[in-house]
Amino acid sequence: MKPIRVAFVGNPNCGKTTLFNAVTGSKLKVANWPGVTVEKKEGEAFYEDWKLTVVDTPGIYSLTCYTIEEKVTRQAVMDDTIDVIVNVVDASSLERNLYLTLQLLELGKPVILALNMMDVVMERGMEIDLHRLPELLGNIPVIPVSATKKTGLSVLLHGVVHHYEEGPKGTVVYYGDVLEEKIKKLEQFIGETLLVHGNPRWIAIKLLEGDEEVVKNYPSQKNGIGDKSYEKEIIQIKYGYIEEVMKECLHHKAGKEEATDKVDALLTHPVLGVPIFLLIMLFVFFMTFTVGDGLKGIFEQGLEWISVNVEAGLYAIHGQPWLISLIIDGIIAGVGGILTFLPNIFILFLALAILEDSGYMSRVAYVMDGIMGRAGLSGKAFLPMILGFGCTVPAIMATRALERQEDRLKTMLVVPFMSCSARLPIYILFAGMFFEKYHALAAFSMYGIGMAVAVIVAQVLHKWEGGEAKNPLLIELPEYKRPNVRTIWIYVWNKLKDYLTKAGTTIFLASILIWAVLNFGPSGMIEDPSLSFGASIGKLLVPIMAPAGLGMWQIIVALISGISAKEVVVSSFAVLFGAANAHSPEGMDRLAEAVRDINPGFGPLNAYALMLFCLLYTPCIAAIATIKKESRSWKFTIGTIAFQLFFAWTAAVVVFQVGSFIFP
Amino acid sequence: MTLFEGKVKEEYEIKGFILEQSITRRLEALGLNDGTKIILMNRKKNGALIIKVRGTRLALGKQIAQSIEVDKCK
Repeated sequence: MKPIRVAFVGNPNCGKTTLFNAVTGSKLKVANWPGVTVEKKEGEAFYEDWKLTVVDTPGIYSLTCYTIEEKVTRQAVMDDTIDVIVNVVDASSLERNLYLTLQLLELGKPVILALNMMDVVMERGMEIDLHRLPELLGNIPVIPVSATKKTGLSVLLHGVVHHYEEGPKGTVVYYGDVLEEKIKKLEQFIGETLLVHGNPRWIAIKLLEGDEEVVKNYPSQKNGIGDKSYEKEIIQIKYGYIEEVMKECLHHKAGKEEATDKVDALLTHPVLGVPIFLLIMLFVFFMTFTVGDGLKGIFEQGLEWISVNVEAGLYAIHGQPWLISLIIDGIIAGVGGILTFLPNIFILFLALAILEDSGYMSRVAYVMDGIMGRAGLSGKAFLPMILGFGCTVPAIMATRALERQEDRLKTMLVVPFMSCSARLPIYILFAGMFFEKYHALAAFSMYGIGMAVAVIVAQVLHKWEGGEAKNPLLIELPEYKRPNVRTIWIYVWNKLKDYLTKAGTTIFLASILIWAVLNFGPSGMIEDPSLSFGASIGKLLVPIMAPAGLGMWQIIVALISGISAKEVVVSSFAVLFGAANAHSPEGMDRLAEAVRDINPGFGPLNAYALMLFCLLYTPCIAAIATIKKESRSWKFTIGTIAFQLFFAWTAAVVVFQVGSFIFP
Repeated sequence: MTLFEGKVKEEYEIKGFILEQSITRRLEALGLNDGTKIILMNRKKNGALIIKVRGTRLALGKQIAQSIEVDKCK
């Protein structure tokens, strides 16, 4: 097998990852907003006797970069190990996409144009001249593909292999006599000196543009050629060339774009925009609770059946009491309880997937720009926050799309306040136990409070820093489209797989650990859990949590273990009280009774303080690790943890104290 | 006039921008150059706005819109 390394490069949201998935058979996340991919990913494809290593990159508009994700792409493209560049282009927005194409052509590597979304072009009644276009781009292969329908893929792979053997083509854009003269001189100078690799013409052009990185590597400014930045001229000449290309290659320009404009008139309405967004989110959570709860019943019956039969089976084979206790009270109670939430999680991620794939996400950035502006952030910072409703880890990674490090840190600090899916089981359990017919409202309120806290904390921080607002919004708004079934399936399946994996690993281990900590004490295995190791740890912190109405060692043990994963708070309760099927109605009754046995005063107010604390306190260990990785600062990470703990405690205390005063 | 003073559904031609280097570069890379025609699609009363340029829609914050000099197209 002969190896080739291929990079997929293109504008944000042009379908690189969809094409990558189609070519390599991978299942990477895809959605319809710019900035979904923030890391480069590799996959493999085979064509005849070639083995292609395909690199998917974050989208870029230009090879001059600012954000972390863009630098990732530039590095990947410039990398000497990349043999061929596949420039993925959104054919329905050809004019803007070709700007990057012209830059890539100057790199002097073989480039292949994959013309994606041709179906949209045809739908609109437009025609692209596929003979003239390659001629104007230096005779590179131009291959129409459909990433979603998987057409044109083998032609594309053939093009890659064939073109790789042929090598790069010549110059396309001519910059006029004056600039060309300078380019020539610089090329000579570069050819004689310094680094061996890289295309001299590209380096020369980048020097004239004043590209910081290239200037650093080739300090040739002295010889008077690169006397000033010619960036503006170079960009304008490129766009001038593109206008010529468009004139020759695009016919029947016009068309059926009004659909998006009509939808936008409502969704980005100056007054209704924000209320509509809130209503959409409300609907998402409403579906999560109602439809999800309906399906949950089936899972609970299944779990009950397993629990009863396994216990009977274990007795039948004369299992040791400790083993029966470990399996029934530890593993099945801890892990099984979490699995019954699968339907709720499924509905939540299904709704988020549809939201992300429809094209609405970018509009949220626009709609929320005013509110985020008061926090010194642009509306774009709200996108990671929405992802936070799913899981904090990818949400923190999504902050890479923000330009400034200060903004990234501020966003990272507040993203964990957005209620992630792992906190859902906690709300459903405690709201279900203590709020009876108002349980959905109590659970709902957590999402509203989380979002409000995130925004307000960012705003207060901004005021405190001095309130200089210099963060302009700049984001592309893609066309709306009907969500793609395969895209949605990949998205939801990945999330469900993560959830199941977590149940099988983190939660499984945590459940065993909790069982051990609660069933063993200084004197060995014990009957009374209040003599266990867990109890002695929990009791130490009782005085601190008492003002929040949470002064029970059992709750404290559950909260501490919740740092491994937030669902574990629920597992701990199930293990603590030996309630195998905590979320079924009978399970909830049993659990509520058990809690009241220990603390007769434990009522809705305590439960609400507990839910609030769970919403706001330190996110799980995986989120903490991501914050450390993305902030590259222990100080910031530890500061964040401390702040969140303090904030959660204060909020819970205030709610409990004020609440006790109002409802004595 | 600046783009910020523009009206919805009107077409404008860019005269130039007065913005910090990094944002200027970004806008230029997105195809907003001197002489480029843009249509104002939607706007908030005192905030961000949406334009259509070279066949794509962009949302621009207030500060950017205030720094883009434009002329109305006839």
